[in-house]
Amino acid sequence: MFGWGVGIDPIGAVAYGRGGFQEGLSMSESVVPPRSFQEIILRLQSYWGVRGCAVLQPYDMEVGAGTFHPATTLRALGSKSWAAAYVQPSRRPTDGRYGENPNRLQHYYQYQVLIKPSPPNLQELYLGSLRAIGIDMELHDIRFVEDDWESPTLGAWGLGWEVWCDGMEVSQFTYFQQVGGHDCRPVSGELTYGLERLAMYVLGVDHVMEMPFNDPASPIALKYGDIFRQTEQEYSRWNFDQADTDMLLQHFKDAEAECERILAAEVTDKVGRRIIMAHPAYDQCIKASHLFNLLDARGVISVTERQAYIGRVRDLAKKCADAFVTTEAGGGEAIGAGVGGVPV
Amino acid sequence: MPELLIELLSEEIPARMQAKAAFDLKRIVTDGLVEAGLTYASVGAFSTPRRLVLSVEGLSAESKSVREERKGPRVDAPIAALEGFLRSTGLSKDQLELRDDKKTQVYFAVIEKPGRAAAAVVADVLDGAVRNFPWPKSMRWGTTSLRWVRPLKSILCLLVDEGGALVVDLDIDGIKAGNTTEGHRFMGAGRFAVTSFEDYRAKLWKARVMLDAAEREAHIWQGATNLAFAAGMEVVEDKDLLAEVAGLVEWPVPLMGRIGEDFLSLPPEVLQTSMKEHQKFFSVRNPKTGRVEGFVTVANVETTDHGATILKGNQKVLSARLSDARFFWENDLRVAKAGMGDWLLGLEAVTFHNKLGSQAERIARIVALGRELAPLVGALPDKVEAAAQVAKADLRSEIVGEFPELQGLMGMYYAREAGMDETVAKAARDHYSPLGPTDDVPVEAVSVAVALADKIDMLTGFWAIDEKPTGNKDPFALRRAALGVIRLLLVNGVRGSLSSILSKGYAGANVSELLIFLHDRLKVFLKYQGIRHDIIDACLAMPGNDDLVLLVKRVQALQGLMATEDGTNLLQGFKRANNILTQAEAKDGIEYSFGADLKFAESEEEKALFKALEAAEQVIGPAMKLEDFATAMGAMAQLRAPIDAFFTAVQVNSDNAILRRNRLNMLHHIRVVCGGVADLARLEN
Repeated sequence: MFGWGVGIDPIGAVAYGRGGFQEGLSMSESVVPPRSFQEIILRLQSYWGVRGCAVLQPYDMEVGAGTFHPATTLRALGSKSWAAAYVQPSRRPTDGRYGENPNRLQHYYQYQVLIKPSPPNLQELYLGSLRAIGIDMELHDIRFVEDDWESPTLGAWGLGWEVWCDGMEVSQFTYFQQVGGHDCRPVSGELTYGLERLAMYVLGVDHVMEMPFNDPASPIALKYGDIFRQTEQEYSRWNFDQADTDMLLQHFKDAEAECERILAAEVTDKVGRRIIMAHPAYDQCIKASHLFNLLDARGVISVTERQAYIGRVRDLAKKCADAFVTTEAGGGEAIGAGVGGVPV
Repeated sequence: MPELLIELLSEEIPARMQAKAAFDLKRIVTDGLVEAGLTYASVGAFSTPRRLVLSVEGLSAESKSVREERKGPRVDAPIAALEGFLRSTGLSKDQLELRDDKKTQVYFAVIEKPGRAAAAVVADVLDGAVRNFPWPKSMRWGTTSLRWVRPLKSILCLLVDEGGALVVDLDIDGIKAGNTTEGHRFMGAGRFAVTSFEDYRAKLWKARVMLDAAEREAHIWQGATNLAFAAGMEVVEDKDLLAEVAGLVEWPVPLMGRIGEDFLSLPPEVLQTSMKEHQKFFSVRNPKTGRVEGFVTVANVETTDHGATILKGNQKVLSARLSDARFFWENDLRVAKAGMGDWLLGLEAVTFHNKLGSQAERIARIVALGRELAPLVGALPDKVEAAAQVAKADLRSEIVGEFPELQGLMGMYYAREAGMDETVAKAARDHYSPLGPTDDVPVEAVSVAVALADKIDMLTGFWAIDEKPTGNKDPFALRRAALGVIRLLLVNGVRGSLSSILSKGYAGANVSELLIFLHDRLKVFLKYQGIRHDIIDACLAMPGNDDLVLLVKRVQALQGLMATEDGTNLLQGFKRANNILTQAEAKDGIEYSFGADLKFAESEEEKALFKALEAAEQVIGPAMKLEDFATAMGAMAQLRAPIDAFFTAVQVNSDNAILRRNRLNMLHHIRVVCGGVADLARLEN
């Protein structure tokens, strides 16, 4: 038993250098099994942080997947190098099951890693992260099974695999080829871990609500269900039965209009600074995407309309991508914030 | 003679692409070697999830030098001609030779192509092969501009002869060819060097990689059947799955597990589909009960606990999947036992096509059409109606939502649960059939009626809204539906006018145009069975061609006749008669359809033909009424000798106008008699 304040030291030896990203752990190095959901997250944060990724925080908006975070979608564009890792709470309203289904949630967590250009040892790095969370390669069967990723709402696609551990899909591994209709040059490598599912497997739990969120030996041990069962119920009801569809439709139109308006705005601001508002516009695109998901869960979008809505979100994503690549962060002609501007 | 070994090591190649990629590598490299003037004795291509490998034996060490002479312009030709010649040969003027030619002199270019060492040729050929490889889908990675199916990690390229192994000097976008590779991702021990194909294969084996996919397949199958046998069970054979699984592992380790008791009540097809689609498991059957009770999964590693953890994990995933399936099945059973009403109601909300209404509307059309078709196929209209009502109900079931490929089959189970007639249940299962040129065609009357109505509604519906297949675009699989109609009619001998059947389908379809489409599909289908297209045309030109059963009977009889010498000779005679007659008709502007008169027949041959025609007519008329084409064609074949004799002895275009007219009328008689059987004029010789 241990009390508050006793835990693991998340920062080990620095495992990167001039040579690029290093795996760090050897094949056979055995790892103490983690005991909780949060420990798995902390170990991933530590693992990727030690290897040189900027450990970012979740994006503060409702998104359907970690890919929507601008640290992935926008930063996969343009020529600048990038390495980021973060947890992203994700919402898929149609997957809500009132907290009853052992494997389905309308709100869940993804762990997302994006490295640009994709390092040559990305597969080994990824396998190292599985070892770090207690998956022993001497005992388990890890497989890379073809799975081409496509996001119709983001106008993005890539080639890669779903990664299987003993027959279970634990991650998505993708080399981005296109985002927002732009070819990715250089190519980013993207890793997405479905955290609940992965953790349930590592921790040997059959129902997500039974999974220890903090250490089960903590003074106040909390299970996943203690934190999320009630919210799953509440959101399932709202998503399926109560969300005001007229309001959501209006919000969708508003987000769409605002996105387009921001992007069409004069590049030069009131005092002569050149500022392209790619990120604020992209926020509106994210909003529209989530509103579409909510409308879908309410069952008010017909099969034929569906494609049209997806197309509208994709148009926004493309316009945001077009704008981003002209900014400094997007590797454009350095016409982003501050350059050549007038000091305030 | 040197041996060539090539290995292209990459991140995991999709299983479905491996075999073709190995074949393509073989083709592209060997074509390139041969084109460059090298020869080889034998070649082998291999693939694993991470590598494409080529082994060439008996390769020539260098290509022979080639001397080529090319004749150029005359010395007095315009300067532009000479310049052109220099450009095309890549030589300068002082490198050309002047030779005497007739009365002038002509420039000659002598181009010496020295022989090239095999290593140089291989480097060029492999460079080209990698850069232009025909992957169905390829990608870039990192900062490269090179494309490969997944990131290419290393290239091994060795030329081996008595002197030892030589690494071919090759660098493709920074990947330099070498003599090393690595073994299994988890069980190998780092990179190692190889000296020959034999050495490579042996070291790979030690590093836990089975190079040959066929060997992996054999290993998997043997391992799986042994495991099953030891437990008194048998593995359900699945060749596609076997090939796929062999492409997912470099070192196959089959492991067998049991399906939990709780799941054994699920239909075996549900178990099998779930295990195959989601987890690539083989199904294991209890031969005594015929039930699927176990599975074999194929791991890619040997573990210290002999696969116990892996099996446990897989079992857990399976249980989660099957829990879902059982949950769906149990929900479905509730709806089914209540008569499937919820689903039928639900189908009102499912759009079939935005211009063709909902699935419920489509079902109403199939019911109505099915009733009309029932008498044609010998079914009771009420039974057909009952079957058509529920045949598509399972589209709303949760199991079909999860496994669309089980549509129809689940309908059968649910119809049974609803207490419906077995003919109704079977119709639900079979009404999508046949789905291709070779699969089984339903033969039970109710199934046939619903299957026909289903497809005719599709065809007439999409014709009515002008969504026909064009070129290679056939998004609604209408060609397949048309072939389905054809095979249903033929196999079941369904008689009647297809035009009138089609006109009872979706209103507004252009029936004659649709009939042409169906005839085209029939031609493709028959051609596939080895029937000449002109024979089909000759029969299509006959009346009643929208009765496909009749049409095909005629086609088969004519095909039979044309396979005989009598048949081909008769055709010659017929064509000769027809040509002469056609010319005369064109010249004289009349039709010689008055009937010949025996009294104007001059020679014996004329008389004989006259009688033969009458005799043939006696047989052909009644035979045609009975649709006995074989007899009719046999009688027609009897005309061969008299027609031949007639043309040998008689000149049709006699100076005597009466004789000529009588003979032309006789030729017309040939046309009429033969024309009643098939339009022979459309046949090619």
